[in-house]
Amino acid sequence: MTSLASGMVLISGFFFILGADFLGVVQLIVYVGAVMALYSFAMMFFDATRDIKEKNTPAPLIFLLGGLSALVLVLMFAGPIHFEAVQALYPMHEGVGNAQDVGIVLFTKYLVPFEVAAVMLLVAMIAGIILAGKKMDQSLTEDQSADDEILQQKDAK
Amino acid sequence: MIGLTHYLIVSAILFSIGLMGVLRRRNLLMLFFATEVMLNAVNVAFAAISHYYNDLTGQMFAFFVIAIAASEVAVGLGILIVLYKKHGSLDLDDLATMRG
Repeated sequence: MTSLASGMVLISGFFFILGADFLGVVQLIVYVGAVMALYSFAMMFFDATRDIKEKNTPAPLIFLLGGLSALVLVLMFAGPIHFEAVQALYPMHEGVGNAQDVGIVLFTKYLVPFEVAAVMLLVAMIAGIILAGKKMDQSLTEDQSADDEILQQKDAK
Repeated sequence: MIGLTHYLIVSAILFSIGLMGVLRRRNLLMLFFATEVMLNAVNVAFAAISHYYNDLTGQMFAFFVIAIAASEVAVGLGILIVLYKKHGSLDLDDLATMRG
């Protein structure tokens, strides 16, 4: 959990190095702020330290598949790099900040995907609320017998 | 000098780590963590290509990937809560009800 959060921070550092300032800030806000908070609440909710016991059976097939797919990925990424005929579709401008550049392209060329993404986020929010909000009046992780015992003790007093 | 290839190799390694997590983990919450790692690896690749080709399209795609990841987390955690109410655990082996 902590390692994942720090990994997100370091990846945003990558973005800052690569000149994508706005992307780095968005990464910090969305991942480290929102997603990590959601995950930490989920881990508290599910008591994830209890069922973290993983079966570490040796699976050579899975290692083989993972290694092979990693190799294929490296080849796929490293293959077309020397292909120099790539033209910049929306080139960056010198002397203009990254946020201005991103904003101009996002709100002119990518306006429709942007709106669709907004609608998708709304749908996801409604789905999350409906999925998680059903029957929230009863306790999820603590079993019902403990609550009954407490009630009985109260009655005895 | 760090070139495009170095960033892409880092991204590929990160993606492979996430893929191994998806394949190996048995806890559903940990599986979600592994998915986040994979999405971030793709974002690093997009940003690197965007920087070295001086093009903004890669950053645009990275933004949309972040939006997809955020909504995936919201819906996924809701489904996780429903599953936990139904089965009482998040172990993938317990959740396998279809025997093939």
